Amino acid sequence: MRLNCPLCGDRDLREFTYYGASVYADRPGEGWSDAWDDLLHLRDNPAGETTDLWYHELGCSAWIEVSRNTVTHAISATRLLAGRGKAPAKGAKA
Amino acid sequence: MRIEGKGLVDRSNPVGFRFDGRDYTGFQGDTLASALLASGVRVMGRSFKYHRPRGVMTAGSEEPNALVTVGRGAGQVPNVRATVQEIHSGLDARGQNAWPSVRFDVMEVNDLFAPFLGAGFYYKTFMWPRKFWESLYEPLIRRAAGLGALSRQHNDEHYEKAFAFCDLLVIGSGPAGLMAALTAGRAGADVILAEEDARMGGRLLAESHEVGGQPGADWAAGVLAELASMPNVRLMTRTTVTGAYDGGTFGALERVGLHLARPPMDLPRECFWRIVAKRAILAAGAHERPIAFANNDRPGVMMAGAVRAYVNRWGVAPGQTVAVFGNNDDAHRTVKDLVAAGIKVSALIDVREDAVAPQGVTLHAGARIVDAVGRNGLREVIVADRDGKIARIPCDCLAVSGGWNPVLHLACHMNGRPVWREDVAAFVPQPGMVPGLTVAGSANGTFSTQACLREGAEAASLALSELGRPEAKIAVPDAEDGAIQLRAYWEVPDPKHRAWLDFANDVTTKDVRLAAQENFRSVEHMKRYTTQGMAPDQGKSSNVAALAVLADATGRGIPETGITTFRPPYVPISVAALGAGGQGKGLAPQRLTTSHQASVARGAPMIEAGLWYRPSYFPRPKEATWRESCDREVRMVRERVGVCDVSTLGKIDIQGADVGRFLDLVYTNTFSTLKPGRVRYGLMLREDGIVMDDGTTACLGEGHYLMTTTTAAAGQVMRHLDFVAQAHCPGWDVHTISVTEQWAQFAVAGPLGRELLNTLLESPIDDAAIPFLGCGRVRVMGVEARLFRISFSGELGFEIAVPARYGAALYRDLVARAESLGGGAYGMEALNVLRIEKGFITHAEIHGRVTAFDIGLQGMVSAKKDCIGKAASERPGLTGAEREQLVGLKPVPASKPIGAGAHLFDEGAEPIRANDQGYVTSVCWSPTLNTHLGLAFLRNGRARQGSRVRLVDHLRGTDVVCEVVHPVFFDPEGGRARG
Repeated sequence: MRLNCPLCGDRDLREFTYYGASVYADRPGEGWSDAWDDLLHLRDNPAGETTDLWYHELGCSAWIEVSRNTVTHAISATRLLAGRGKAPAKGAKA
Repeated sequence: MRIEGKGLVDRSNPVGFRFDGRDYTGFQGDTLASALLASGVRVMGRSFKYHRPRGVMTAGSEEPNALVTVGRGAGQVPNVRATVQEIHSGLDARGQNAWPSVRFDVMEVNDLFAPFLGAGFYYKTFMWPRKFWESLYEPLIRRAAGLGALSRQHNDEHYEKAFAFCDLLVIGSGPAGLMAALTAGRAGADVILAEEDARMGGRLLAESHEVGGQPGADWAAGVLAELASMPNVRLMTRTTVTGAYDGGTFGALERVGLHLARPPMDLPRECFWRIVAKRAILAAGAHERPIAFANNDRPGVMMAGAVRAYVNRWGVAPGQTVAVFGNNDDAHRTVKDLVAAGIKVSALIDVREDAVAPQGVTLHAGARIVDAVGRNGLREVIVADRDGKIARIPCDCLAVSGGWNPVLHLACHMNGRPVWREDVAAFVPQPGMVPGLTVAGSANGTFSTQACLREGAEAASLALSELGRPEAKIAVPDAEDGAIQLRAYWEVPDPKHRAWLDFANDVTTKDVRLAAQENFRSVEHMKRYTTQGMAPDQGKSSNVAALAVLADATGRGIPETGITTFRPPYVPISVAALGAGGQGKGLAPQRLTTSHQASVARGAPMIEAGLWYRPSYFPRPKEATWRESCDREVRMVRERVGVCDVSTLGKIDIQGADVGRFLDLVYTNTFSTLKPGRVRYGLMLREDGIVMDDGTTACLGEGHYLMTTTTAAAGQVMRHLDFVAQAHCPGWDVHTISVTEQWAQFAVAGPLGRELLNTLLESPIDDAAIPFLGCGRVRVMGVEARLFRISFSGELGFEIAVPARYGAALYRDLVARAESLGGGAYGMEALNVLRIEKGFITHAEIHGRVTAFDIGLQGMVSAKKDCIGKAASERPGLTGAEREQLVGLKPVPASKPIGAGAHLFDEGAEPIRANDQGYVTSVCWSPTLNTHLGLAFLRNGRARQGSRVRLVDHLRGTDVVCEVVHPVFFDPEGGRARG
């Protein structure tokens, strides 16, 4: 598997650490709530498009949001977590 | 039996080798199979189950029969295909699954029991008594059936892993592959051409076709010479692409040194490649398939294409009198090549009624072979003609062609399903089965040479345009362009005799029909019931025929019956190649502190801490056990002064205007109030409310902080900080970097700690200059250093840090000065005792299931601000009396040892899981308090201090009553560290 790091380019899976669904980056407000429960314990497990977090640990230390398909393994887009809201980087693979 | 003037082997270069204890001679360019065939050796193996004598069937890696063991001793390699192994001087190969040899095998008696040994026999027979299966039946059966064996010794032969990248990977160097590589190479693309064989050219080496008006092998040599001259083309022979994976990644096994008599020391035996290609072309050709008929496994029955290969490429006559049996025009081509080579052809048996007789050879059109005679070597075949007339045809070799199966395995590795093409009676790949991969040539079901050349060029043109490169038009040379004329024919019907499908696993048509009869009708069930296709060859030449027989037995068509799943690897890969660099420490990095040499020189046993190595203790003369050394080191720190390398703790340099509020978010307690020159202990939670790590952070100056983490969690905390900064603090002025390896840091602990430091600091310090939890810059021997007043021992403690290049010198100096003060170096054992006595936690306690409440630090979760994990730490169930809470344990009597991992029970309760009250995490003998001590998590533990619990370790047989006490055993007020 190859991931396109927006800073470093196309890199091997071995350089990255996986961290699960990207919703983890969206903290609900202070105090325990159902939203926290959902975030921590009730994650989706989609067969299809998903967006998850990868850390370029053996590279530039960037956290990256990766949109990929769990069925075809196709990676549609990667973007810097720090740059959320901005346009996604060019797709890693057609 | 060499044919004069034929073949591509180097006749001027004879090579001696051994097979089954006898010496033979072949030529440079021979495989073990071709050299043995040339020497008249017919039996090269014994079959898996029935121990029937077997000869070589094919000329490639799909060989099911001729499996041999190569080499002796630790590095012997079993199940090597004689068709792949090149001969070299000193080659020592043996037949396998036979005793005493493949020529004479006493286990041959199995064949007499064949009526009992059909598919499922073992499952049905050895049912009772049940416990005998594992202990008796299975080992016996495994001994009787089987393949080669490993030496069971440590093999320290050299294997390697490697990575390669290219624009275009071309898999296979036959007509399609060569044209593809040439087209892409001339266009300037970065090309890797991978070929399983030792020599490139594919079928062009094995056929008598002309390409572009010259012999195919000559045309191939010309193309290869041009490719070799291109700097942008890499030619990889002896390299089998074994699997297709995500992102254009391919696995490939290169046989680097297996063909060399004396490989250079630095050359590995094999190398496992990961090749990342932007585009790939699969041009792996096709496997010829046999036709099942009675006793079709006789030595001498071979694939027609293999017969042509042995004649044309290796100049070997596989027999003196050859008969040919087929359902397509390749049978006729074989006759032509044999006649041209001067080999006698006794008959051509063609199942097609309308077959046209070749010149000078008897044709049996519409006929079939009903038996093959000759146990240790074919003597004759018995032919039933269209009208039922029986003819006995003498032959010592039978060339069989049942058509061709495209080698589409790699195209199917990512779950794509091939489709059935009626006109070629074969499964062919569909476009797009592997993203970026195009299949060309015979692998695509395209069988004429001309069409293969054209498809190879077209596939390369497509890849070039997808890569955005200008197209390079290359004229496709003229070549044979005949359509495949084939009538699907899988088996000669014969209810009485065994007709083999999977030669390697001894699966016959009867077994497949039995599976269908017993309702294992799905192709996947049939496969598992009969073991069809589960041998080292993975049914390369037999799977399609087997499912055709299954289709027939179940009254379905072949497309409805379907094909089993293709999975990597395409050929067997030695585990040594996959695990290259993984033996022993292998390529795992070793992290050594700057004090490493000094510690080793003092005789300290080094223990692993993650990738680090740390000294366990420093033995002195007359200390007989580690405990004596450890106790002395503890007393040394409590009474005098000790020195310990703490550089392995994670050190993260954090800078920026917003670091204060950043640390407030990361730590449970407040850090934005931390002033320059001050250090604070902090606790970090995971977002789910569980403790992640603890440590100190020092404020070195305005906007400049240094965080320390535990050795174990250094990587995790770094990752976490980066996450919090990038996910939650966009736009904040916060910068993090690990400086763990840039600074050597030493703890100087004990009542004489300040005195020791003052002997080498350029400006002496006092309590006012560096108070408890203070820090500052100092100069030591002309070097700028950092000094922190922190203590993990409970004593007056400092940690002094210098740039790593001064670490070794400073450590030696510190230890020498400590020794002159009656102290010295202390190791991990003493460090552990010191911290247990003080109730300080490590990852033995914060092991991923405990909360701040559990370790009694709930007061550190600030109510005034938010932090990571705060919301979850407040949720029900993470606090309260039901939680197991950190306590201290003292055994009664104090001399009774206790062990970590033991569980706690109420006194008088039965020590079973249902009564479990907690568990022990850390233990030590305390030379300070003269008792064994333990840290433990006990249900409602804080309220139970002063009571007693029963400590039971079922593994070590410990059963001790313990007193529950406060986890800080020693100096609970902390006056010693502040003093």
